[in-house]
Amino acid sequence: MYAFEFHRPKSVSEAAALLAKSKGKLIAGGQSLVGAMKLRLASPENLVDLGGVAELRGIKREGNAIVIGAGTRHAEVAASKDVQSSIPALAALAGGIGDRQVRNMGTIGGSLANNDPAADYPAAVLGLGATIRTNKRTIAADDFFKGMYETALAPDELITAVSFPAPKKAAYIKFRNPASRFALVGVFVSQDASGVRVAVTGAGSAGVFRATALEQALAKNFSPDAVKGIKVDTAKLNTDLHATAEYRAHLITVLAGRAVAKASS
Amino acid sequence: MNAPEKAQSAIGASVRRKEDYRFLTGGGKYTDDVTLPGQSYAYFVRSPHAHAKILKINKSAALKAPGVIAVYTGDDTAADKMGGLPCGWLIKDVKGEPMKEPPHPPLAQGKVRHVGDQVAVIIAETYNQAKDAAELLEVDYDVLPAVVDAVEALKPGAPQVHDGAPNNRCYLWSLGDKAATDAAFAKAHHVTKIDITNNRLIPNAIEPRAALAHYNRADESYTLYVANQNPHVERLLMTAFVLGLPEHKVRVIAPDVGGGFGSKIFLYAEDVIVTWASKKVNRPVKWTADRSEAFLSDAHGRDHHTHAELAMDKDGKFLGLRVKTIANLGAYLSTFGSSVPTYLYGTLLAGQYTTPAIYVEVDAAFTNTTPVDAYRGAGRPEATYVLERIVSQAAREMNLDQAEIRRRNFITAFPYQTPVALMYDIGDYKSCLDKAQKLADVAGFPARRAEAEKRGKKRGLGYSTYIEACGLAPSNIAGALGARAGLFEAGEIRVHPTGSVTVFTGSHSHGQGHETTFAQVVAARLGIPVESVDVVHGDTGRMPFGMGTYGSRSIAVGGAAIMKALDKIEAKGKKIAAHLLEAAESDIEFKDGKFTVAGTDKSVPFGGVAFSAYVPHNYPLDKLEPGLNETAFYDPGNFTYPAGTHIAEVEVDPETGVVQIVNFSAVDDFGNIINPMIVEGQVHGGLAQGIGQAMLENCVYDQETGQLLTGSYMDYAMPRAADLPSFKVDTHVTPCTHNPLGVKGCGEAGAIGSPPAVVNAVIDALAPLGVKHLEMPLTPERVWRAIQGKPTKVA
Ligand SMILES: Cc1cc2nc3c(=O)[nH]c(=O)nc-3n(C[C@H](O)[C@H](O)[C@H](O)COP(=O)(O)OP(=O)(O)OC[C@H]3O[C@@H](n4cnc5c(N)ncnc54)[C@H](O)[C@@H]3O)c2cc1C
Repeated sequence: MYAFEFHRPKSVSEAAALLAKSKGKLIAGGQSLVGAMKLRLASPENLVDLGGVAELRGIKREGNAIVIGAGTRHAEVAASKDVQSSIPALAALAGGIGDRQVRNMGTIGGSLANNDPAADYPAAVLGLGATIRTNKRTIAADDFFKGMYETALAPDELITAVSFPAPKKAAYIKFRNPASRFALVGVFVSQDASGVRVAVTGAGSAGVFRATALEQALAKNFSPDAVKGIKVDTAKLNTDLHATAEYRAHLITVLAGRAVAKASS
Repeated sequence: MNAPEKAQSAIGASVRRKEDYRFLTGGGKYTDDVTLPGQSYAYFVRSPHAHAKILKINKSAALKAPGVIAVYTGDDTAADKMGGLPCGWLIKDVKGEPMKEPPHPPLAQGKVRHVGDQVAVIIAETYNQAKDAAELLEVDYDVLPAVVDAVEALKPGAPQVHDGAPNNRCYLWSLGDKAATDAAFAKAHHVTKIDITNNRLIPNAIEPRAALAHYNRADESYTLYVANQNPHVERLLMTAFVLGLPEHKVRVIAPDVGGGFGSKIFLYAEDVIVTWASKKVNRPVKWTADRSEAFLSDAHGRDHHTHAELAMDKDGKFLGLRVKTIANLGAYLSTFGSSVPTYLYGTLLAGQYTTPAIYVEVDAAFTNTTPVDAYRGAGRPEATYVLERIVSQAAREMNLDQAEIRRRNFITAFPYQTPVALMYDIGDYKSCLDKAQKLADVAGFPARRAEAEKRGKKRGLGYSTYIEACGLAPSNIAGALGARAGLFEAGEIRVHPTGSVTVFTGSHSHGQGHETTFAQVVAARLGIPVESVDVVHGDTGRMPFGMGTYGSRSIAVGGAAIMKALDKIEAKGKKIAAHLLEAAESDIEFKDGKFTVAGTDKSVPFGGVAFSAYVPHNYPLDKLEPGLNETAFYDPGNFTYPAGTHIAEVEVDPETGVVQIVNFSAVDDFGNIINPMIVEGQVHGGLAQGIGQAMLENCVYDQETGQLLTGSYMDYAMPRAADLPSFKVDTHVTPCTHNPLGVKGCGEAGAIGSPPAVVNAVIDALAPLGVKHLEMPLTPERVWRAIQGKPTKVA
């Protein structure tokens, strides 16, 4: 790790100002950033810590939606009664991220800003059609993820909260990479009045994406049988040490079927 | 493993580990915890290339960086005439020629041969300053083509790793009677053939390697703290072969060590360099590996490609075994790298079976990869994997039950001379198998399989009836076979005037619990509480000598040395007691901590004798020296032969290829057992590592560039608790016939026996789907592809 200046603002506006002025980097739970800094893959000269910004913490209900502050820890989302009752699939997803230590430090804002191609939250955000709130605007899930580790965020923009509409049915199934235990493939399925969404993480060469062929089949018939035999196109899927695109494509279909079964049970 | 109730210090009691209070309360002292006044820090600049010429190194920018004390490269070590790292075992090839032994310089001499090879060392006031300066060292490389796979390395036209090793061949070695084996095949009713890979592993001890050296100008002595499994061997190799230092001026201390699994047996470049540099800069120099360095620089394990053939008669009796193995040695010969695929491998190919003719050839290659050496089991897991896979395959081809084919071929009469050099002293393979079948409830398996089938899952049962050879010995025979070190152990018993005891052992504990087990041995023998015995290890300054801990040798060899020293303590104690009790020495009996005149109630406790020895007022000073302190060296007459049966039960999800190990039963014969709890812990750890190899672990290099692709836990899959079932373990005892404790060793058995059991179980589960073969690790995609009948594509 290289030396850096550490800033600890108290509010979102102060954090945004520090970020713009210092050209530094935000740090939330540090669970992605600190590792990268220790390996000297990231070398920010200024770190703006969001840990002291109280307004970023917490979970609240707004009508039919659950709104989660960007600084809320994975463990808090997993344990939240509101999340568990409105969107149990989201609580379960948060409870399956990393290990206990990671869940007690990592934040939803950090995870989404980082947009690791194998992270779990992006699947929930895209799979539920959530809205990202920043200090400048709101961004629809479909417009937020721009490829591996890329998002629609501007350099001096920070996520303040995420609003998740409660679906009728939803489930997430994560098939773990045997080494990292991130998603080798993770499939989030939801159904509500506006339709069916199937979001896939871990598999796409440009990060999280919606599996439209599966969505169309499920829109007609929301049952595990509806996806059987559907071949997901391998062209935009990853091949790496741990799995080929072919296997990932197979898993997407299998996991989507299992997620539908789980959502319906 | 339900031990009968035993007195707290008795042999056979599950005495709580004496060392755990220290470890669990953060009181352990590891090398990195040692800080000396004026300490400086070393950072090694390592090769980013698998194979390259070093054209030029420019130190000037690095030297000017803040805090930098010195920068040394291969030119500096050459100027000081530093030797290369030695190999401890000379292998002779099929023609009787010595193996190719190319130089292994601690800092590269003009060429780097694997990613992570040491190019330079930066010594600075702080670790970060050394690391910062490392980025400023300018090294011009001329990158050369690399070869990482041993099979490829031996092909004509492959990039050449060493000028002195044509075709990258270190040796082509053989063992066994080729003509007799060919004759056996000629009369075979059936021959089973397999081609299998033993996947390369990275050891991953929880404590990374570390070394801290201190040179004392006042008496020209050195002290080296190092995370190492055998400090005396480290000192001997370093002083005699590399640095040319007087051995008595170097003290090597291996304090608490957080796991080794073999990877800390060896003399490494970093240990040598910090020792040498501590004199040059006249400051203590500390180096601690970070995890990424550990992946690149700790010696790796396994990496064999094998073709094997088993000849049988019509009843499935084994007639002959033919094995051809290609072994990857890595870029250089590590300390015991040459012995692992030869004398620790070929000699084990008889297994538990009466196969009368065996012939094995091993072709050992240099490649542009990290050196490969002993890793938990060292050669024996590779042999067991070949044998237990081919035996299971043979059973399927012969339409024989998996247990039945083994029973038909078990050795039942002992001692037994194998056709591959070893002489088994004792064993009872049938009883282990029977007990394991009960433990695994093999009788209930068909019902469990049918139930799984209803859920769409495939169940399978896999066997492994393994043997291992521990406590490599005797020294003279091993010496004749090329070993360049002794294989004995030393022990010293220091009885203090009040009767408490300090034991000095040349064995080294880095997780094995010697401080408890050895104390039990001494306490039981002397009839004193286990609390009155402390065990000291890991310091060349405190014990006479030692060969350290590897190859499950500690209790069988180190424990035996302690017993020998105790013989001397008892003999002298009898002389003192005879004087005190005014009786003839021959009438004195020693039992339950008391010296008694036979047939009388006249006695003196052990503590009374100890006191007399040190306060010799009433003492036969004319005939006997005062004091009660004895040392013994023990050189075993033979190996010990732990053996057992492991049975794995798995459930496969055919839709995804996911394998779940639902049951794992192990019945092991470790001879007499000192502490059942510690033995069970060793078995659990070994099983976790063996299952890790079977299911998860795989070291992968890029075939073109030679980059390590599995250089972190993001890509190198370690086993975790949730991947493992709750093990069922038990023991069956046949005491070793040739050491005083009747013990055999238990450290490696789990890692040796379990991989074939797991793979055989998955093949058993999938055989109805037409699957005949699988390679480790059994990743979901590999299993899924096998089910689909597709070739494996992933690494
Ligand atoms: C061992 C381990 C296992 C893990 N396993 C998983 C897993 O299974 N699944 C999974 O999804 N993740 C996993 N993670 C990642 C974890 O979830 C991280 O916590 C998360 O990716 C980043 O969140 P953070 O709060 O720690 O962010 P940080 O590491 O602090 O920051 C990450 C990035 O986000 C930026 N950032 C942070 N907050 C904001 C904000 N409010 N607005 C804009 N930018 C911001 C930072 O500048 C930085 O670039 C794992 C991590 C570890 C160490």
